Amino acid sequence: MSATAYALPSIVVFVTAALLIVVGALGVLAVRNPVHAALSLILTLFGVAVAFIAQSADFLAAVQVIVYAGAIVVLFLFVIMFLGVGRSRHDHVEPLVGQRPLAALGVAVTVGGIIALLASSHWVTGATSVSGSSLAKGTGNVHQLGTAVFTTYLYAFEATAALLVIAVVGAVILARRERVTEGAE
Amino acid sequence: MIAGADPLFAHGVTGIVILIVLIKVVVGFAAWMGAVTMMIWFERKAISDMQSRIGPQRWGPFGLLQTLADGIKLFFKEDLVPAEADRLVFKLAPYLSLVPALVTFAIVPIGGTLHVAGHAVQLQVANPPMGILVMLAMSGISVYGVMLAGWASGSKYPLISSVRASAQMISYEAALGITVVTVILVSHSLTTHGIVLAQGQGVWHWNVIRLGVVPFVIFWMAITAELNRPPFDVVEAESELVGGFNTEYSSIRFALFYMAEFMNTITMSAIIVTLFFGGPAGWVPPVAHLRWVFPILWFLVKTGIFAFCYVWFRAALPRLRYDQVMDLGWKRLIPLSLGWMLIVAGFLVAPGWGFVMAAAVLLASVVLAIAFERGASRATGPESVLEPVGRRPLPEERLRALTDREEG
Repeated sequence: MSATAYALPSIVVFVTAALLIVVGALGVLAVRNPVHAALSLILTLFGVAVAFIAQSADFLAAVQVIVYAGAIVVLFLFVIMFLGVGRSRHDHVEPLVGQRPLAALGVAVTVGGIIALLASSHWVTGATSVSGSSLAKGTGNVHQLGTAVFTTYLYAFEATAALLVIAVVGAVILARRERVTEGAE
Repeated sequence: MIAGADPLFAHGVTGIVILIVLIKVVVGFAAWMGAVTMMIWFERKAISDMQSRIGPQRWGPFGLLQTLADGIKLFFKEDLVPAEADRLVFKLAPYLSLVPALVTFAIVPIGGTLHVAGHAVQLQVANPPMGILVMLAMSGISVYGVMLAGWASGSKYPLISSVRASAQMISYEAALGITVVTVILVSHSLTTHGIVLAQGQGVWHWNVIRLGVVPFVIFWMAITAELNRPPFDVVEAESELVGGFNTEYSSIRFALFYMAEFMNTITMSAIIVTLFFGGPAGWVPPVAHLRWVFPILWFLVKTGIFAFCYVWFRAALPRLRYDQVMDLGWKRLIPLSLGWMLIVAGFLVAPGWGFVMAAAVLLASVVLAIAFERGASRATGPESVLEPVGRRPLPEERLRALTDREEG
């Protein structure tokens, strides 16, 4: 699809989504209060969902909101509230020495890599833009994803499922470590 | 492209199509606000009848205008923000409660299809291709209203309430999602319109019967917990938490929470009807030009029955304890919904596979029951991080343990 083919509505949608994503992401970095940062993150996730819908990936958009905005950020907030981080006045102490320069380095490498890959194009789907290609639209998303997950990528899918179960069981075992050696009770 | 499932947009978006959409939005909104005020009145009146009281009676016939009077009163009350509150989030939270309640109702089909000016108009505000997933997404978002309200109040009991709310809603979302999957499996459609159409051939095709009654019961329980309605309203347990997450709220912000609760009650009654009771499906008498009215009436009657059941729950059922709520969600509803989904999927492939799945599920539930039994009778140490509620050592036992250790 050439650049001239974009209609005004799709430009408006793209600009809105992009603004949501960028403002939210900057907010996560700039805001001091962790709860406000989590809210900014939700803004970003919604922006990504809008971008998915604009690319006809409705199912991904719905899952994005259900899983990330509806569950994962809720868990972030849950932990923040439990630890009461938002109210503490002494969180300027760096817990890990030198994490900021290392993080900056990591971000620089990632962004540079993505830009380098994008410059050469054709690296994921074989097309510069996926909108308007032969991808399924609307409810077709689900059929296509389901077929891919349960035929071509069946082993990867089952391995991921097993990995998640192992992680959950491991977390429970680590959290519920019983120390009955003290002789109390 | 975005609204691919709706035949209204099949011939491009013209002025008249935009007008039809606008009319749908405005009419839907107005009718629904009316329904919310009626629901508040109905709940108060029905509960007072069940408790041998009179209930609202002063304003309008049968006290019908009581909600309006309450609304005006709340508008003119002083709007307080506590000193310790996080002002931005405190003001944002009521809207995070209200908007998901509004958006979810947009996908509910309240009638059949009308033909206006050559366009097929579905009687629902929107029919997105992801249909029922929008409901799940919005119920995920509605957690934030309660959770952030409690946190932003800068007060102890609202914070406990918001931690309870987030844990409870996340837990029940799993069971909710899995039962929705069983509905999608038999309907072959994600859109609410498609789900309703698949149930259109008569009562025996309604999902409540076609899926066995179990998914419906699980869904009903899970959605009640998701709404924090009684008997799952541990979030607002006034005997433990003063008023719950909205203790510090007053004036119009309190009114917004109050409205969101009743909106959600109506919306979820409507969603239950859509998913399990055929939505607007029902007997249509052969009247020439009024055939489109009867599906709407059927929808209203069915939704009204469920709205009444919610009121009835509130009057009749005692509140569950918090650990009972968690037990029910994680140990009963999630395994049950998962097992039932496997059986339904098996029967959809072939009856033989259905019986194989049923046998497997039966075996798994026996294993699970044994695991629960062993888990409940196991001795836990005093320092394990998560002690089961009810076996927590008394303060004097803790003290004795400490002194014993120092001596020995």
